[in-house]
Amino acid sequence: MKLKLKIWRQENAAAKGSIQTYSLDGVSPDMSFLEMMDVLNEQLMEQGIDPVAFDHDCREGICGSCSMFINGEAHGPDRLVTTCQLHMRKFKDGDTIHIEPFRAKPFPVIKDLVVDRTAFDRIQHAGGFVSVNTSGNTQDANAIPIEKADADKAFDAATCIGCGACVATCKNASAMLFVSAKVSQYALLPQGQVEATDRVLNMVSQMDEEGFGNCTNTGACEVECPKGISLENIARMNREYLSANVKG
Amino acid sequence: MGVLLSSTILRKVAMALSGLFLMLFLLQHFAINITSVFSEEIFNQFSHFMGINPIVQFLLQPVLIFGVIFHFVMGFVLDIQNRRARGTRYAVYKGNANASWVSRNMLISGATILAFLALHFYDFWVPEINYKYIEVLPEDPNRYYEELVHKFEDFTRVILYVISFFFLALHLSHGFSSSFQSMGFNNKYTPVLKSIGKVYAIGIPAGFAFIAIFHFLNH
Repeated sequence: MKLKLKIWRQENAAAKGSIQTYSLDGVSPDMSFLEMMDVLNEQLMEQGIDPVAFDHDCREGICGSCSMFINGEAHGPDRLVTTCQLHMRKFKDGDTIHIEPFRAKPFPVIKDLVVDRTAFDRIQHAGGFVSVNTSGNTQDANAIPIEKADADKAFDAATCIGCGACVATCKNASAMLFVSAKVSQYALLPQGQVEATDRVLNMVSQMDEEGFGNCTNTGACEVECPKGISLENIARMNREYLSANVKG
Repeated sequence: MGVLLSSTILRKVAMALSGLFLMLFLLQHFAINITSVFSEEIFNQFSHFMGINPIVQFLLQPVLIFGVIFHFVMGFVLDIQNRRARGTRYAVYKGNANASWVSRNMLISGATILAFLALHFYDFWVPEINYKYIEVLPEDPNRYYEELVHKFEDFTRVILYVISFFFLALHLSHGFSSSFQSMGFNNKYTPVLKSIGKVYAIGIPAGFAFIAIFHFLNH
């Protein structure tokens, strides 16, 4: 396959970026999108051009490192996959592919396609945990019976890998899907009840402080989420938040 | 007000509650207006009651006007905040790949309805206030039907109303189910609720358009 790649290049956070066009030949349909980027970078280095910086780690769709806004969609045109699991067979020979970083005010560009997603870490630190004494007193996991339906929903919410596709794809750059998944995975379990009120208030407060936008229920996040996190979680977070406000 | 603007979720809930209130009002407005198609007398009776009842005039009407202004102002404020949250725009953004046009453009449908409201207030509310509180003309319980019919003799006005009702239908088709989601309602009844929302979003504006066209054709 021969491709024309239009890629956002930005030297550093302070620099003014622009879209650069590169031609790439000999791309196999069996390559992953990141492998295609590796081939491009080798070509660029041979030409003495700075390679394109992009985030990646496990390349198995579970770490949440890779990002990229490909042809106007977070993680590209495929559904329920991250960029590392997107394959070049989804594109055609001669295609022009637009590649941009995930864009949101709270996700500033560090370099090229790499953005700073530590806003998510700060939201997690604000309440995305349960305080458990693990120093030899750990309770058996099965000692507290949990209904299958609740356990399944909690697990579904917990599959969120925090990649930021929801923010990138939302027209408002809202982080509601991410935060609601993190709130829900504990809200559904008895272990999460002790800190439930503080958790939702603190996490939402941190989310707002970071400058993410307001949710307008377009549902775009759910469609583009590589883990299929449901909008049901946002409704649950809203309930949790309202009841936490009432409880004070 | 400050509390409402302090949290993204409370802003959502405020939009949802004001939207639901306006939808309830719309239902009541339609229920009265549709009587004009069947009976001049019943329409006049209802209108007269609404026009002179002090609870409607001095409690519900100000609350309604506040609800309308709040919903619009909040809508614009939220949109400005949302644009700021994106920062740099994407060169290529495929919005239609994952969300409907209607859900992404509530501001456009909302602004169209706002423009319509200006016309609608000029047509009915301003003359009504003038009649009752400025010129203080003698109360006539049978004037309402004639005033309504007279407005819809004008073809341009009927067209403008019908176009506005189309945008109202678009706005409601997202707004109805969205308001329940914002308030935390998303469960096994959601598909049923969405269906009711579609019926409401098409039925009410289509009904209003029917009333306007009916009176135009009949007179």
